[in-house]
Amino acid sequence: MVSAGAATRTLVAWVPDWSVVAAGVPASTPAAVVFANRVVACSAGARAEGVVRGLRRREAQGRCPALLVLEHDAGRDARSFEPVATAVAAFAPRVEIVRPGVAAVATLGPSRYFGGDTALAARVTEAVTSAIAGSPSFWVQKSTTSGRFPPPERDAGGTAGSESAPPSGAGRPDPGCRVGIADGAFAAGLAARRGLVIPPGGSPVFLAPFPVAALDRPDLANLLLRLGLRTLGAFAALPGTDVLARFGPDGAVAHRLARGLDGRPLAGTDPPPDFAVQVVLDPPAVRVDAAAFAAKALADELHRTLTARGLACTRVCIEAETEHGEHLARLWRSDGALGPAAMADRARWQLDGWLNTTGGAERPTGGISLLRLVPDQVVPDDGRQLGFWGGSAEVGDRAARALARVQGMLGPEAVVTAVPSGGRHPAERVTLVPWGDVREPDRPADRPWPGRVPPPSPSTVFAPMLAAEVVAQSGEPVGVTGRGAVTAAPARLSVDGGRWAPVTGWAGPWPADERWWDTAAHRRRARFQIVAGDRAWLLALEGGRWWAEASYD
Amino acid sequence: MLPVLPALGGLLPGGGLRRGSTVAVAGSTSLALALLAGPSAAGSWCAVVGVPSLGLVAAAEVGVAIGRLALVAAPGRDWAVVVAALLDALDVVVVRVPDRAVRAADARRLAARARERGAVLVPLGRWEGADVRLSVATSSWVGLDGGAGHLQARLVEVVAEGRGAAARPRRARLWLPAADGAVAPAGRFLQRQHPVPGR
Repeated sequence: MVSAGAATRTLVAWVPDWSVVAAGVPASTPAAVVFANRVVACSAGARAEGVVRGLRRREAQGRCPALLVLEHDAGRDARSFEPVATAVAAFAPRVEIVRPGVAAVATLGPSRYFGGDTALAARVTEAVTSAIAGSPSFWVQKSTTSGRFPPPERDAGGTAGSESAPPSGAGRPDPGCRVGIADGAFAAGLAARRGLVIPPGGSPVFLAPFPVAALDRPDLANLLLRLGLRTLGAFAALPGTDVLARFGPDGAVAHRLARGLDGRPLAGTDPPPDFAVQVVLDPPAVRVDAAAFAAKALADELHRTLTARGLACTRVCIEAETEHGEHLARLWRSDGALGPAAMADRARWQLDGWLNTTGGAERPTGGISLLRLVPDQVVPDDGRQLGFWGGSAEVGDRAARALARVQGMLGPEAVVTAVPSGGRHPAERVTLVPWGDVREPDRPADRPWPGRVPPPSPSTVFAPMLAAEVVAQSGEPVGVTGRGAVTAAPARLSVDGGRWAPVTGWAGPWPADERWWDTAAHRRRARFQIVAGDRAWLLALEGGRWWAEASYD
Repeated sequence: MLPVLPALGGLLPGGGLRRGSTVAVAGSTSLALALLAGPSAAGSWCAVVGVPSLGLVAAAEVGVAIGRLALVAAPGRDWAVVVAALLDALDVVVVRVPDRAVRAADARRLAARARERGAVLVPLGRWEGADVRLSVATSSWVGLDGGAGHLQARLVEVVAEGRGAAARPRRARLWLPAADGAVAPAGRFLQRQHPVPGR
């Protein structure tokens, strides 16, 4: 944490009052964004009427009766900021959005290219301003504030320190955006509030007069004030090791910021690399082996690209286009990393499934003219530990390949394995998971689930349930009273319109009132076990109708 | 030879499932599950094709390792191709014979594939040319008492017929399932009470 390291030269573009700008309200309109009944951002018009951050809604409305109150919407703020981020990314690719309204970018290269920091700052200001203007929902800050001293700006998450910072460009029209360049993102952020370019190495001097509140750590600032340290300069003068010992890691980060260093390195997002590989088949492949041969080469290429970056693919999308423009795609998952052979096998099975299905509706009408492998889920390749005693791992691998092959013929959902799961009904007590997916139950199995049918469990579970009829000796249908007693002993049973069989034993009713709190899933039924003929059944009476839920055969 | 549950050993020639053989099971899903339990518990991979209504809780109770049990509920018209692909790599493949009769050529080809790969084919229902045919001759449930109690165990008599070493019919009386869902030879019925829901 105390490691040395020069601060990255950073450009910060700051759009004041971003929450208001994002809502598309003109600056002259008094408007305030309210979150949890407190003003978190307000427009210049509102500020002129005395509305400040932190006011309660009613108080703000009291000071400015015409105030337009906007609900805080983090999603809207972030969404609307995208054009601005894109505009900044045009100068340098690794843009870090500090928060909606503030974008930071490392500036060494671009600044050299565009002819110095000042020139770059002017260009970024221009680009961002036009990006804001270009979006129809945005208002353009024009001459509404000209001739007037802009009041101190504060943005949504702004630091209290900006209060004492003198407003920028007194007397000239305020652009929609301010840009600051300095060593370190923290100094650049403060510089952006004034639209300044701090020369290299000038950050500590620039930061020294700011109050400690500018660190945006209220607890720490409060403590420092009580210790008599009022400015960042005074805080920075303390020895770093002592600060770490007294204030902990977070204090050390703050100390680094106060000294004009980077609290943490700027984490620009790498644009996600496109690993997809494809090959055009000319002439189009109508036979599986021709297409599979191409797929093998593709899989090798993809695997090479991924391993070069230390990555492994756990989900691959196999896509094919036919000469008639049909587009086929199917996702293949694996709980382990897919090697080149496994990927090629899956591609071959999938192609086999597409080209050789007999009479399926999805069968393509033409040959395959383009084949593409898209790694859909990529993880760091941390290897795979196989079973120590070898043998079973090999058998498991063979079984896995056979099951994946069947998935290629019938679709991934067609091959499932069961995971024990919680529930009362026999069908609820397992969750079926497609082969290769993560084996997780829908409902936890380690709960009591009172009222479930005692073992032994039925060997056949009907889905959907079969209609049944149960009558008493008199021929009357058997029912259950409101008190949970049968109206008569069951004498004969017919399932699914089948032949009537005499009942030789029965038990029940076992009332089950399931999920009464959920109107859609609520089920109220009475269960019976009935032996009729040579079979035993699990029956349910629900709403006056009999159903065969399962059978013991 | 794949191991089977001890209770079933007396029914099969050699006391287990011979690799490459075809063992048809008629009339009882739980008998087929009991047949799977031995190999599955010993680490084999098994598959059940064309049985969407399979009671998996019962499978787990009888001793099948359901993590190594693959289910293909709806193999469609190409069921024979699916079964052949599974016989390539899995040890036991149970298949519900489709309603219409199995073509003799399909049956022969699948049996040959099982023989070649050392797998065991277990068709449910009629199957021409099976090495062993298992069926339930009689079955009676215990545990129900005129509205009270619950199903606890079933006493069955299983008959095994077949060709070659299995030509002489064998019979065995089993608890299928016994009170805990497992399989036990008759005469060793362990009384175990379970709470009855709603009572």
